[in-house]
Amino acid sequence: MKVISAKELEDLRNEILAGKDQDKPCIAVCGGPGCLANQCLEVRDAFVNEIAAKGLTDKVDVRTTGCHGFCERGPIALIYPQEIFYQRLSIDDIPEIIEQTIVNNKTIDRLLYTDDEAGQLVETEGEVPFYKKQMRLILGNNSKIDPHSIEDYIAIGGYSALVKVLGGMQPMDVVDEIKNSGIRGRGGGGFPTGRKWESTRNAQGDIKYVICNADEGDPGAFMDRSILEGNPHSVLEGMIIGAYAIGSNEGYVYVRNEYPLALKNINLAIKQAREAGLLGDNILGSGFGFDLKVNRGGGAFVCGESTALMASLEGKPGEPRAKYIHTSDKGLWDRPSNLNNVETWANIPLIINNGADWYSAIGTESSKGTKVFSLVGKINNTGLVEVPMGMTLREIIFDIGGGIPDGKAFKAVQTGGPSGGCIPESLIDLPVDYDRLTEVGSMMGSGGMIVMDEDTCMVDVALYFINFLMEESCGKCVPCREGLLRMGEILTNITEGRGRMEDLDLIQDLSEVLKDASLCGLGQTAPNPVMSTLKYFRDEYEAHIKDHKCPAGVCTELITYSIDADNCTGCGLCLKKCPAEAITGETKQPHVLDAGKCIKCGICYDVCKFDAVIKE
Amino acid sequence: MTANESKVDSIIDEYNAEPGSLISILQDIQLEYNYLPEESLEYVAKILDIPRVQVFGVATFFKAFSLKPKGKQQIHVCMGTACHVRGSKKVLEELERKLEIKAGDTTDDGEYTLETVNCVGACALGPVVVENEKYHGEMTPIKVESLLNSKKV
Ligand SMILES: Cc1cc2nc3c(=O)[nH]c(=O)nc-3n(C[C@H](O)[C@H](O)[C@H](O)COP(=O)(O)O)c2cc1C
Ligand code: SF4
Ligand code: SF4
Ligand code: SF4
Ligand code: FES
Ligand code: FES
Repeated sequence: MKVISAKELEDLRNEILAGKDQDKPCIAVCGGPGCLANQCLEVRDAFVNEIAAKGLTDKVDVRTTGCHGFCERGPIALIYPQEIFYQRLSIDDIPEIIEQTIVNNKTIDRLLYTDDEAGQLVETEGEVPFYKKQMRLILGNNSKIDPHSIEDYIAIGGYSALVKVLGGMQPMDVVDEIKNSGIRGRGGGGFPTGRKWESTRNAQGDIKYVICNADEGDPGAFMDRSILEGNPHSVLEGMIIGAYAIGSNEGYVYVRNEYPLALKNINLAIKQAREAGLLGDNILGSGFGFDLKVNRGGGAFVCGESTALMASLEGKPGEPRAKYIHTSDKGLWDRPSNLNNVETWANIPLIINNGADWYSAIGTESSKGTKVFSLVGKINNTGLVEVPMGMTLREIIFDIGGGIPDGKAFKAVQTGGPSGGCIPESLIDLPVDYDRLTEVGSMMGSGGMIVMDEDTCMVDVALYFINFLMEESCGKCVPCREGLLRMGEILTNITEGRGRMEDLDLIQDLSEVLKDASLCGLGQTAPNPVMSTLKYFRDEYEAHIKDHKCPAGVCTELITYSIDADNCTGCGLCLKKCPAEAITGETKQPHVLDAGKCIKCGICYDVCKFDAVIKE
Repeated sequence: MTANESKVDSIIDEYNAEPGSLISILQDIQLEYNYLPEESLEYVAKILDIPRVQVFGVATFFKAFSLKPKGKQQIHVCMGTACHVRGSKKVLEELERKLEIKAGDTTDDGEYTLETVNCVGACALGPVVVENEKYHGEMTPIKVESLLNSKKV
């Protein structure tokens, strides 16, 4: 199936569409990482087997897809054409779904989502509150296609943006369209994509590269992976268009080695695109040629940084270099190179298809389009959400995310990964865009959004990120290497009760040095988690230092466990489970906890059914 | 287990012995042997005709590479941000106590390797422990014992 012209691609699309019966039931089983962990493949196999057993193989399709977003409710299946949303499936549910829903066209209440607020069951995906407020321009396609099928992608309009570009747009027109759309990079810094393309286009050199950053180093995020796993062709299409605009014939996709499925799917997509003539020489008869290689990242956070990534592509240790030489002039192998994030690339076909005006109407003054967030932590509806820029944190966390579990109080939300900051409850109505997040001391980053509740210690969170960065610092420059080490020591002292009030000033000073004197973004932004928590949660730092207390009850050295004799029934469970033999007592008599022996594992606190173990 | 040259040769061949593919070659060797046997590194340096220090430099720069053999059972504790705020540290500490090793190490009998990873994409289940290929969600210190026991049968 090689298509050699725009017309042939259109013919192919029509042929695929004509061969598809729109009314034929299709069960789209989510095969994203969250659902995989919930044994969704067994569910998928159960569907296939049950359908075969009922002799329906020709009448019903089963599709394994990328993440549907609502990972909290996995395993998930979406039943087309009605788009019935079934959740928390187990293999035992499958025969009933085939019998009732597929054959008899009835929904099964037990498997539907209950909208607690409205007090009713909802049938279709669009009615589920989690999805209702979202604008899923990028992620919405995940459930509609099999990521292993280029036909599926073509059927939903895939590669039509490429046809449009090669069929009549000059490279500069494409650059202008991207510039006018206002899109900014989704990988971290938020640099205007069109301007980046223009610089690389204007740079001197015959050989130029376009590169996709799929390193996803943020330790609490999985959106780039989910795009690459669920819709790899959208990223490819974006890259081919970008290469044409920039004047590049060679590209790279740099994928985390820990993402085997993303690697598999992007490799397969590249192979299919080559076979279809969408990669290679003379694409769609335009005379323009482009091809791509996939490279597996070595798994270091710093390799997500543009110059370190390029060093790593050259087979060298991933160390950044100073930024005064722009990668748009001298990047990979010292040639002009244009690096964009996965999600940035996936937005390109949308912009070309719908136009810059359409795109720039979405979002805020300075931030256009939608953004995918990995909404995780102490939140009811964990998952991937995609919202227009400018939606408030409150809407994302409470309306879409369903608020905080177990009736706990919301405390903060952390955005931007290790380079970002913690935003307190008082700023919950902040509209989320690049500049507003930066104003409050955080940043957009690549889209991590970690929700924290009253039981999260903000000093511990700051230490978590500093420890992470300390491990990941490449060690090339002193401020970052030594500064992080010192900062880690100070924060450890505070969490262990050895902090002094002067330490807070010292942290402040160190932060300034890191910000100003570090060579790359890792060190420059490293103080953000500390500075933001210090700014908004200073009282918590002070409680650790002055009172030797961790108000959230997290920092092990500052908490003590004891047993409340009034509540203790003497059931003996804690005694049995304590790994330190720190608990003694006779059956049915109040037990006693020896704080001297206790190693503070928290097991007794977790197992006691009578709230008799006190943590303070 | 030692690296055999023909195996390593075929991996190098897949990348046309390009020095730029050093990282990929080491990744494939690690996949094959679970670690990077020292003689394989020497051999790669020789065939690709690059300095040994460069090969060892890359092998030690990236944490994903291991110069020591790994255990039969691989236990990965997710220390991603979402799992962290849900208490993964306590789970890791309990595993360290039970296995009597620190994260990154292998038990003396070669049975278990305990490692930490970042977000495995299953944050809804956090804290997550991945034991070989199997995911254990909503982990607590108390569940560690049964996780390890289920392996012993
Ligand atoms: C330490 C560090 C880590 C980074 N990690 C990533 C990453 O994992 N993924 C990513 O897309 N960008 C990452 N970036 C940002 C990249 O350097 C670069 O700005 C981005 O990939 C450019 O693409 P964009 O303009 O489309 O956002 C990182 C930056 C720094 C300083
Ligand atoms: S700031 Fe840190 S990570 Fe960046 S070059 Fe310096 S030492 Fe390496
Ligand atoms: S588990 Fe609770 S009730 Fe039972 S002995 Fe321990 S403290 Fe008392
Ligand atoms: S916290 Fe752990 S060590 Fe301490 S008494 Fe409870 S179970 Fe024993
Ligand atoms: S992995 Fe299935 S919904 Fe996210
Ligand atoms: S942080 Fe542990 S699975 Fe995402």
